[in-house]
Amino acid sequence: MSISRKDVEHVALLSRLEISEKEAGVYAKQLSEILSYMEKINELETSNIEPTAHVLPLNNVFREDKVEQSLAREEALKNTPDTEQGHVKVPKIV
Amino acid sequence: MNFEAVIGLEVHAELKTKSKIFCSCTTRFGGEPNTHICPVCLGLPGSLPVINRRAIEYAIKAALALNCKIAPHSKFDRKNYYYPDLPKNYQISQYDLPLALDGYLEIELNGKTKRVRITRLHLEEDAGKLIHGGASISRADYSLVDYNRTGVPLIEIVSEPDMNSPEEARAYLDQLKAILQYTEVSDCKMQEGSLRCDANVSIRPRGSAELGTKTELKNMNSFKALQKALEYEIERQTEVLEENGTIIQETRTWDEREGVTLPLRSKEEAHDYRYFPEPDLVPLSIDRKRVEEIRAGLPELPQARKKRLIEDFKLPEYDAKVLTLSKHMAEYFDSCVKETGDAKLVSNWLMGDFSRLLNSRGMEVEDSPVPPKEMAFLLKLIKTNKISGKIGKKVLEEMFETGKGAQTIIRDKGMEQISDEKTLIPIIEKVLEVNAKTVEDYRKGKERALGFLVGQVMKKTKGKANPELVNKLLKDRL
Ligand SMILES: [Zn+2]
Repeated sequence: MSISRKDVEHVALLSRLEISEKEAGVYAKQLSEILSYMEKINELETSNIEPTAHVLPLNNVFREDKVEQSLAREEALKNTPDTEQGHVKVPKIV
Repeated sequence: MNFEAVIGLEVHAELKTKSKIFCSCTTRFGGEPNTHICPVCLGLPGSLPVINRRAIEYAIKAALALNCKIAPHSKFDRKNYYYPDLPKNYQISQYDLPLALDGYLEIELNGKTKRVRITRLHLEEDAGKLIHGGASISRADYSLVDYNRTGVPLIEIVSEPDMNSPEEARAYLDQLKAILQYTEVSDCKMQEGSLRCDANVSIRPRGSAELGTKTELKNMNSFKALQKALEYEIERQTEVLEENGTIIQETRTWDEREGVTLPLRSKEEAHDYRYFPEPDLVPLSIDRKRVEEIRAGLPELPQARKKRLIEDFKLPEYDAKVLTLSKHMAEYFDSCVKETGDAKLVSNWLMGDFSRLLNSRGMEVEDSPVPPKEMAFLLKLIKTNKISGKIGKKVLEEMFETGKGAQTIIRDKGMEQISDEKTLIPIIEKVLEVNAKTVEDYRKGKERALGFLVGQVMKKTKGKANPELVNKLLKDRL
C-alpha cells in the first residue's frame, strides 16, 4: 500500500494541518510503511468472522433520559479566545 | 423535450427527549446562548459520551411507524469535518450500520396513492447554531456560535428518489411530519428548526430509466420554501439541458428573498468525512422483544385516523386529510365534536376561520390561545342560534386577540343574538315605515325586496337580530 505525497497533502488539508513540502515527503514514506505493515493482517482468513466495531466485549451501555445541571456559562466559555453576548465569536467562515 | 423530475429527500428531525443524546444537558429550545452545554457536548478532553436510552427507543418507534426494518446490530461513527457549529470537529453519527433500513410511507395526491421508499433511518447529534455578523455567510466578517443545540438527538431519514414533482415532495414531507408527530417522537416545528429538509433533485427525459446529474438543495425553512425551491431548480435544470448545457453536481442553497437557488462555494462543502467507528461508544445490539413491544404500542397513524373521520363523520376526503395531518388538529377536532356533536360544523370552522387566525399569527394548533373547550362553546352558541355565524367570526377573532372566553366577549360587547320579539318588533315597524316603496314592491310580487328589508333590520341591530325571526316577523306584517 503506497501513500502518495498528494494523499498526505489532501489529508493534511482535511485536518487543517499545515505541513511543509519536506514533511509531506517524510509522512508519505512513513504512512506507506505503516500501512504495508498492517497489510500483513490481510493474510489472515477472516471470511467467517464478524467485523469488530469495538475492542470491548460490551454492548448497549445506556443512561436514562434525565436532565442534570449544565455548566455555568462563564465556566463553559472560560477558554474561548473571543466571545460576544454570550456567544463564541469565530473568524470569517468562508 | 419533455422532462421528468426525480426527487429524493433527506429529513432531519429532533427527537423530543428531555436530555441530549450523549449527555444530561437539557434539549429545551431557546434559553440564553451557551447555557445548555457541558464538557461532553463541548467535547472537552477526558469527557465521555453515554447513549440516552430514550433516544434509541424513539428512533426505533419512528422507524417502525415508517415500516423500516430494525437492524439487529448498529453502531455510531465519527463524521469528521471542520465547521464551527461542531465544537468537537466531528459529529457522532451512523455510517455503515444505521439503526433502520428499507421502509416506506404512502402519499396521496389527486386521489392516487404512491409509495415512497425510505432507504435508511439513523441517529446522530445535532450541531450548534451560527449567527453571521453580516448580510450572509460570505459577506460576514465573523460569526457567533450558540452550542445549546449541540448534542440534541436527531434522526436522519433518507428517502429513495421516488418523487417526481414538488407536490409529491411536499406530500411526502407532510406525511412524514404527521407520522413523527403522531408517534410523539418529535415536535417537528420547522420554524424552530426541529424539522429540517434537504432535497436531491435531477431531471431526465420522460420515460428514461437513467438518472440525470443531481444537485443537492439546502436551506429550505418551510414547506412552502421546499416546494418553491424544487420548482425553481427543476426549471433551471430544464433550461440548462434545453440549451445543451450540462448540470454540475453541486450543493445549492435556497435564497428565500430572491426566490432562486445558488451554488454554495466549494469551501462550504466537505466531501470527505473520513468516517470511522466512534471509539468512545460501545455498539448497539437491538433486543427483538423490545422492538416488538414498541411496535405493539404504536398509536393510530394519520392515514388510519383519516379513514376513520371519513367513515364516522362522512367528511370529504380533503377535509379529513387536512384535519388529520397534524395530530394536535385531529385531537382538537375530536374534542370539539364530542362537545358539539356536529362534525361538519366543527370541520368548517377549524379549516376556515380557526386555521386562518392561526396562520396569520404563525401559530400551530398546539399554540392556539383558544382551547378546544372554548371553541366548542362558541360553536354551540352558533348551532343553537344564540349568535349568528357572522358574529361568531368576530367573537373568535376577539378570543384569539385577548384569550378571553366566548361568553365574556359576547356579554362585554353586547353581541348576543336578539331573539326577543318585543325588542325586534319596534325596529321592524320602523324599517317598514321608512321603506314604504320597497314594501309596495314586495306586495306587487318582487320577492327580492324582502331580502333588502331583512338587511335593513340587521343593519339597525348591528347584525345581532336572529335572521329567521326577522324573516318571520316581516312576513307577518307584509
Ligand atoms: Zn452537555
